[in-house]
Amino acid sequence: MARLSFRRKQSIFRWVVLTLLGIFFLLPIVAMVEFTTRGEQSTWSTLINWPELSATYPDLAEGILMSLGQAALTAVLMLALLVPTAIWVRLRLPGLRRLVEFICLLPLTIPAIVLVVGLAPVYAWVNYLIGGSSLTLTFAYTILVLPYAYRAIDAGLSAIDVKTLAEAARSLGSSWFTVMARVVLPNIRSAVLSAAFLTVALVLGEFTIASLLNRTNLQVAINLLGKSSATMSVAVSLAALLLAFVLLLLLSLVGDRRKRSAS
Amino acid sequence: MAGVLRRALGTVPFFAYVAIFLVTPTLVVVIGAFAGDRGGVTLANVRALGESYVLDAFGRSILLSASTALIGAVLGALLAYALVTARPNGLLRRAVTAASGVLAQFGGVTLAFAFIATIGLSGFATVFLREQVGVDIYAGGVWLFELPGLILVYTYFQIPLMVIVFLPALDGIRPQWREAAESLGGSTWVYWTKVAGPLLAPSFLGSALLLFANAFSAYATAAALVSQGNPIIPLQIRGALTSEVVLGQANLGKAMALGMIVVVAVVMALYALLQRRTAKWLG
Amino acid sequence: MNGGVAVHLQGLRRTFGTVHALDGLDLELHPGELIALLGPSGCGKTTALRVLAGLEDADSGTVVVDGKDITGLPANRRDMGMVFQAYSLFPHLTARQNVEFGLRLRKRGADKNRAAEMLELVGIASHADRYPHQLSGGQQQRVALARALAIRPTVLLLDEPLSALDAKVRVQLREEIKRIQTEVGTTTLFVTHDQEEALAVADRVGVMRSGRLEQLGAPADVYLSPATAFVADFVGLSNRLPGVLKGDGVEVMGTALPLVTPASGDKTQVTALVRPESVDVVPDTDGPGKVLTASFLGPFSRVIVQVGDALVTAQVASGRVTELAPGTRVRLEIRPVAVALEGTS
Repeated sequence: MARLSFRRKQSIFRWVVLTLLGIFFLLPIVAMVEFTTRGEQSTWSTLINWPELSATYPDLAEGILMSLGQAALTAVLMLALLVPTAIWVRLRLPGLRRLVEFICLLPLTIPAIVLVVGLAPVYAWVNYLIGGSSLTLTFAYTILVLPYAYRAIDAGLSAIDVKTLAEAARSLGSSWFTVMARVVLPNIRSAVLSAAFLTVALVLGEFTIASLLNRTNLQVAINLLGKSSATMSVAVSLAALLLAFVLLLLLSLVGDRRKRSAS
Repeated sequence: MAGVLRRALGTVPFFAYVAIFLVTPTLVVVIGAFAGDRGGVTLANVRALGESYVLDAFGRSILLSASTALIGAVLGALLAYALVTARPNGLLRRAVTAASGVLAQFGGVTLAFAFIATIGLSGFATVFLREQVGVDIYAGGVWLFELPGLILVYTYFQIPLMVIVFLPALDGIRPQWREAAESLGGSTWVYWTKVAGPLLAPSFLGSALLLFANAFSAYATAAALVSQGNPIIPLQIRGALTSEVVLGQANLGKAMALGMIVVVAVVMALYALLQRRTAKWLG
Repeated sequence: MNGGVAVHLQGLRRTFGTVHALDGLDLELHPGELIALLGPSGCGKTTALRVLAGLEDADSGTVVVDGKDITGLPANRRDMGMVFQAYSLFPHLTARQNVEFGLRLRKRGADKNRAAEMLELVGIASHADRYPHQLSGGQQQRVALARALAIRPTVLLLDEPLSALDAKVRVQLREEIKRIQTEVGTTTLFVTHDQEEALAVADRVGVMRSGRLEQLGAPADVYLSPATAFVADFVGLSNRLPGVLKGDGVEVMGTALPLVTPASGDKTQVTALVRPESVDVVPDTDGPGKVLTASFLGPFSRVIVQVGDALVTAQVASGRVTELAPGTRVRLEIRPVAVALEGTS
């Protein structure tokens, strides 16, 4: 009976740990719900009513729009930059693979707060050349998401035999462009999708660079709002968190499907 | 040769882009740390790192990162272990792993506001404890906006990160090892101290280092939470960037930034080293 | 060296959900004997071994080792050496440290000689300071064997120790296991799904099905006189040939054959299980059969003959295969060896 009591002990341990940590992790979320529904407030009805929201909190509305624009542009720029390079390096320049990987993972060791220090003079030029719109943060964000996006795309490429696929396509008379666009790309679709999802999730949560380069986005707007309307800022925080949950949940679904189709 | 060059052309956009937006800023920091206000090479900025308020900020940053890395590593490891004892493809494990993925990224302003709503002065838990239990958590002063508060709030994203990075190592532990240890006469204590412990130690340490780097680099949460004073290094850098430049210290921010790079780089290198060992054992 | 002790498993039952992994298993191991438990996957053979090791609880039944009831004893106090299918070496310890692991627990850490002796015994002494990931699969299993034997176990338990290895290494290592087991004389339970392996190493083979023992006997008995059709079918390859009961035996293709288990019902139509090596193929232009294929397997060749709608597999010496080209008309001759009937048990 030694075995049974061992399993029972394990299961007691599991539930104790899960319950205690579960409380710790759920408490702030419950508190946010409670905080934003105290008394007679119209926080949530304002939040889902866009015309009212943009009239009452113009800064917040602008921040939301900017963040959405930044997320979309960063995803596009990241894919345009990374996907062809990753495929090309694998196919034609395997000697450069380590270097590309190193560069892509470099931002992990350079904290955003450090990057922003060095970006200030670069952005002085960006300002001068194309203006000071908050959408220009896209350039910096593309660097920030590089490690995550690269790992997603690289995993996708590792899962298929790029070289054989390319050789097969070449032997059938495809140009290199056709190989990349019509043979390799369709096979790493879900990896590309995860990279894009991760990018959107990370950009929507970015604060450091936007705030210190004096641009705006969702997080900067929430922070600003916190000084005037605590309830509204908590409500938007909760909404943003839920959005991130949904995004990353979709991401894990994409990942699941990839695993299943691979097996 | 010409062929190689033509092939290399395909990578020009990528390298040009990272040259402008990654390499240049890094060089700006590194060179700026050694540049005088009016040009020329100087060690004045780096020497200024020795001033007590900078050293204190570094110390507090390291204390914050180390304590949250330790707490996060221990609690995260317990949670991860609880998950591996559950059914491998069960709902519980999948739900907790997915939630950890989200919460590990859940830093910054939203997290700060979540905690303000929870244990701020009029937060849910604060009010509940004061009115229903009669306990005033701020009897000794409001600590949420200081180092203890930061430690608590950082734990919120450190534990899930630990779960994500430590789970693969735990999955690498084979049930045969426990059974072999048992059949050779080892008790549970022997198994943990002689087999599982030594096997998991490099991965645990490596994960803790990653958590350290994560906390050390974090800015947004602290920035949203702390508005008075700049207790930690990232906030000192904010001060250097936003406030009026103190004469002779225009590049102090860059020196502090360089200091951060050095700390993070050392920590990440150790992490990579330990990961390699883990891959050999538990791959 | 150590004489070996008797092991008695009595009425073991174990249910996983609705599956009866063990359904009242009785098994007795004589001192110093090597018994191989053989059976298809899910027949309960591994469960039996794990219950004996203490790694699994039986729902009912007792485990008696050397006259003592150890049913309630935890695994770490049973003194049983166990070799797992694969990957059981502790990856952070060298081969030598792995072997010393159990010795240190018994405060025999100073006994450096024992570890060296064991590594010598399994022929891996020159690799003593390597880590598991630096050893091949076969070498790892040798170290695992040394580790299990180092503690002078009361019983040695081998749980499919060869199934993760290449065919060639498998044959080599099973011969060594036999040699070493005979040398140390430890009572041994060897679980496998590979009949060839079981027949090659065991003193006695136990064939299991659905949590019970179908037959327990010397390898030759199990092979030549299968107690049931299941055993005949599982151990070795069998032809299913139509026959008619006649007297004490069965008549198959005109040859009267004795039966392993007597059957009643004269003139009843039955299906007899006949081994390929009991069937001989003789070229005969008027014969009822036609050679379909002949595949070379080394000293023997396997010939498949079509007789009417039925296919009969026969084993002939490879030297004769030239006269049995596909298409050759042949007649079949069956050697009078006892056979089992399908549908009896």
